[in-house]
Amino acid sequence: MPTMTYLQAISDAMRQEMRQDERVFVMGEDVGVFGGAFKVTDGFVEEFGPERVMDTPLAESAIIGTAIGAAVEGLRPIAEMQFSDFVSCGFDQLVNVAGKMFYRQGLSVNITVRLPSGGGFSGGPFHSQNPEAWFMHAPGLKVVAPATAEDAKGLLIRAVRDPNPVVFMEHKHLYRRVKGEVPEGRYETDFSARVARAGTDLVVIAYGAMVHTALEATADLDGASVEVLDLRSLVPLDEEAILASVRKCSKVVVVDEANQMCAAGAQVAALIAERAWEDLDGPVVRVATPDVPIPFSPTLEQAVLPQVDDVREAVRELLEY
Amino acid sequence: MMLYRQGKVPGSFYDGFGQEAVSAGPAWAMHAHDRLCILHRDLAAHLIRGVTPARIFGQYMGRAGGITGGRDGNVHFGERKVGCVGMVSMLPDMMLVAAGLAMAFKLRGERRAALTWFGDGSTSRGDFHEAMNWAGVQRLPVIFVLENNQYAYSTPTATQFAVDPVERAAAYGFPGVSVDGNDVEAMFEATRQARERALAGEGPTMIEAVTMRMHGHAAHDDMKYVPAEQIEEWRRKDPIDRQVRRLQGVGVDVEALREDVRAEIEAAVAEGLAMPMPDGETATERVFADEPALLEDGASRWSGF
Repeated sequence: MPTMTYLQAISDAMRQEMRQDERVFVMGEDVGVFGGAFKVTDGFVEEFGPERVMDTPLAESAIIGTAIGAAVEGLRPIAEMQFSDFVSCGFDQLVNVAGKMFYRQGLSVNITVRLPSGGGFSGGPFHSQNPEAWFMHAPGLKVVAPATAEDAKGLLIRAVRDPNPVVFMEHKHLYRRVKGEVPEGRYETDFSARVARAGTDLVVIAYGAMVHTALEATADLDGASVEVLDLRSLVPLDEEAILASVRKCSKVVVVDEANQMCAAGAQVAALIAERAWEDLDGPVVRVATPDVPIPFSPTLEQAVLPQVDDVREAVRELLEY
Repeated sequence: MMLYRQGKVPGSFYDGFGQEAVSAGPAWAMHAHDRLCILHRDLAAHLIRGVTPARIFGQYMGRAGGITGGRDGNVHFGERKVGCVGMVSMLPDMMLVAAGLAMAFKLRGERRAALTWFGDGSTSRGDFHEAMNWAGVQRLPVIFVLENNQYAYSTPTATQFAVDPVERAAAYGFPGVSVDGNDVEAMFEATRQARERALAGEGPTMIEAVTMRMHGHAAHDDMKYVPAEQIEEWRRKDPIDRQVRRLQGVGVDVEALREDVRAEIEAAVAEGLAMPMPDGETATERVFADEPALLEDGASRWSGF
């Protein structure tokens, strides 16, 4: 099996699907000749031509709106927002047009919207956000957030083939930091959770970059057996996998890199409160970014984004409860 | 309106009274395999594509047999099986969707066109600019029909824009033509020409249909803000009266036609009233599609003159 970075795995997913399925094309700002702001589509225009690797005007509402039109006509567009933050300019098309189309009139909208998200590199308030919860709250949209290279490829292929609009959260900080073995060819990863590390004393529930933070924070905790559950998909949320881990471990820490208010982790905590209350041996503990814009300066940014030590401390405290 | 007053139509009631030619002319000019994104005052376009009156009554009344099965109201619908995408209330969002449909035709090298209607008020929003610019840059086979019916709810065009939107088309690199929106044949001809241009690869056209909204924004709006003389002036230009005179001039028995239509409407109302309300239990179903359900070609005997 070849080793790839998270970024290469995302490129590979799109390349494989485009080679096999002429309905698939990519569109976005600077994705063509330039190869994308993060070079995810580097070399694509040479292989597939400018029509299927479409450089668009700087217009996020138009990128999503025209992708919807192309999709209901039978194509499978993959639209890139240059940074996830800019999806706010296309919010209306995604939430009101794409999300409600099938429910209202039985017309399926097969679009994938890629959102390079997350902080950790001094991107500041407009290049560091994790806006997944906005879309979890919007009916009709699926939301996935891979943590590994293998899942990035498999989830993206699954997203491209899904007849529904899928918001694909790809964490910028993982692009080149995370490497792993990635199967060749085309494979789909289900929109379901995975146990990243099995354990019995406590479970840390996370997704995206926070899976790695959780793994590192709990790698060596004086012999404690800590499970890490990687959600992978936020909509649909794999409730059974969450409940199974809670039943097994009885103590739960939920980690979000997003702002804490109404974040994905809040939904997970609510689910556990409703359906696993009697399995708990302590309070559900949350670690998340406080409700502030993501600041620019490294010291400020590190002060708000959940760090390895923050997760380790939360886990230690709960283990002692 | 009668059904609304009887309490059979939930919510409010929106119609296109006095501007029927704006939707009828263009809908006739578009072929069965073309695509339409239809606005809320464009009932005629749905009928021309082949949606039956009974299902439209069912739609207004929130019945299970309506086009959306009660999931959306009044003219917020598009029958995908006849190539139509229904609008959302955020305007003019469908300009971008129509541009996307046209983009698909262009990518696949097909000789087809997309058309959408939008109102004078919605030209103030960013999506108008984004769609006009995008369509111009990519020279898409799309037709934008501006329904200039003088008022966005209570706001007159003088408060809405300093420059008539049709004049802005040139700034986006394609023609804008202003048409008497109460003349169904003029609307047909302008659309036919725009479609020819689109199919020839010459790009988009904007058609401004100058008309008047002769009812309030919706049934609850008494339209006190419109001067009486303005209504009177436009009443004399009623698009249906004008077409009736034309038809009578060439010997058509319009009264017989009216009788046919009246009978069809009465039967359709009865059929709509007989449709059950949707089961509340189904409200949480079918949020996501299990398999693709795409647009299909229109099968109307009237599409594509």
